[in-house]
Amino acid sequence: MSNGLWTDALTRLKKNKLALLGAAFLLLEVAVFFLAPLFSQTGYEVQDLEMTFSAPTQLHWFGTDSLGRDLLSRVLFGGRVSLTVGLLASLVSALVGVVYGSLSGFLGGKTDNVMMRIVDVLYALPFIFLVIILMVYFGRNFVLLFVALGLTQWLTMARIVRGQVLSLRHKEFIEAAHSLGIRKRKIILKHLIPNTLGPVIVYLTLTVPSVILEEAFLSYLGLGIQAPLASWGTLIKEGVDVMDLAPWTLFFPAFFLSATLFSLNFLGDGLRDALDPKGARD
Amino acid sequence: MSALLKIENYKAYFYTRRGIVKAVNGISYEVHPGQTVAVVGESGSGKSVSQLSYLGLLPSPPLRILGGQVVFDGSDLLKMREDELRKIRGDKISMIFQEPMTSLNPYLKIGSQLIEPLVIHRKQRKKAAWSAATQALERVGISRPAQAMEAYPHEFSGGMRQRVMIAMALTTEPKLLIADEPTTALDVTVQAQILELLKSIQKETKMAMILITHDLGVVAGSADEVVVMYAGRVFERGSVDDIFYRSQHPYTQALLRSTPRIDQLEKELPVIQGNPPDLSQDLVGCPFTTGVLTRKRFAN
Repeated sequence: MSNGLWTDALTRLKKNKLALLGAAFLLLEVAVFFLAPLFSQTGYEVQDLEMTFSAPTQLHWFGTDSLGRDLLSRVLFGGRVSLTVGLLASLVSALVGVVYGSLSGFLGGKTDNVMMRIVDVLYALPFIFLVIILMVYFGRNFVLLFVALGLTQWLTMARIVRGQVLSLRHKEFIEAAHSLGIRKRKIILKHLIPNTLGPVIVYLTLTVPSVILEEAFLSYLGLGIQAPLASWGTLIKEGVDVMDLAPWTLFFPAFFLSATLFSLNFLGDGLRDALDPKGARD
Repeated sequence: MSALLKIENYKAYFYTRRGIVKAVNGISYEVHPGQTVAVVGESGSGKSVSQLSYLGLLPSPPLRILGGQVVFDGSDLLKMREDELRKIRGDKISMIFQEPMTSLNPYLKIGSQLIEPLVIHRKQRKKAAWSAATQALERVGISRPAQAMEAYPHEFSGGMRQRVMIAMALTTEPKLLIADEPTTALDVTVQAQILELLKSIQKETKMAMILITHDLGVVAGSADEVVVMYAGRVFERGSVDDIFYRSQHPYTQALLRSTPRIDQLEKELPVIQGNPPDLSQDLVGCPFTTGVLTRKRFAN
């Protein structure tokens, strides 16, 4: 009854085939990645130096890499890392960005000015520098990776949300909400934030891939995931190096990364349309 | 009969970078229960600001309330804290606005917006509020109210949305309804319907109404008393008959002359000379005469 926004959005989403396909693929991936270790025969870190650069065979469906490690296991394991990093860091950034941006835009005036200058200053800091400081200070650690990546991504989100809120703040329905005696907190949560969801979701689907790629970059610098652990980013990096020799080492992780990003984009598009009440409702 | 709302020597200025804008400069009038008071004036005369400001609906700064009293139902609104005011807004004093097209949140169902005043002020459960709101929709003449509750604002026309806004304002049975140009954005036939609706509801509930408008046709049809505002001041107050037939002030007379009448379509409409004065300047004497004089001087 009252949370009509979400139930209606779900009904509309169910009519969007592509979005459903994307959602199904993502769910399947998550299930496979997290259950795979239970019945996988070769560990992702087990080396077999007699079987280096083996092309896909019945034993190793995706082939093996330079150290004879089973690529299937590594892709599955890497997906686990990449998806976790990508989704969690993006959600962290969305949460921080939406809260910060909507507050800044809603409060306006001097508060808004100060809050946005802080964002500008953080923008100016090279993020690698920030990450390195964090890593040195707290030691290398998986959770820190989310925090570091999330911290660099929320800035743009905050700006987007603030812009939206600024333009919404003086819309009549917000003024009407004030005139009805609704509390400020409730106005932000119930009236402002839902109206910013469209751009937020679109930007969120763009954040996930960029976080996954940034993680690969950090790992390359030795700040992220370390061997024998793997992520799609590091696998692709390794694959690129031996592309002529063993193209499958590039193909499989790249294929999974692209398929995941496609699914995310379809789902994000679908969600944005579904959350807009003006969307067709037959 | 004691007044429901008594405004006395009320002043509210905007402190901007370019100086002090004296938007409301010592106005006084009363509204009695069941009465409709029309506040008329051109754009920038302070008619909206004079209402929104004492309800705490304008940002402060730049707004500052300098003096006077706004006594509603026995207590001075100007002395209230923001949270006390919030309890009155949308409960005992409701508002409807000019732009029905954008006055509703496009992301929420009509129903979940309609129940808000009841849930907030009357602490009603959502279910009870929902059925009360459905009845309110029926009362404002929306056919199939149960379906309408489940609809989104974009599925409604402007007139229907204004009906929804009226229903929302009325769910808490306010003692005073402030209608800020409620019909300006609507076309003429719908205007008449909405005014008719407001009048009939008022008859039922004995609610008082402040009708802010610049449309003298609307005033003639629905008001009991008229307050003519110009440059942040009240120029003239009186009954509708007083204002329309025995107006004392030259500005009111000029305003009346410049209103188109259906029985005199061939005549060219007289225009009020001059612009409304800049309210950040100190005005000496009558602001209207000064405004006209400056304008005439520039024209020569």
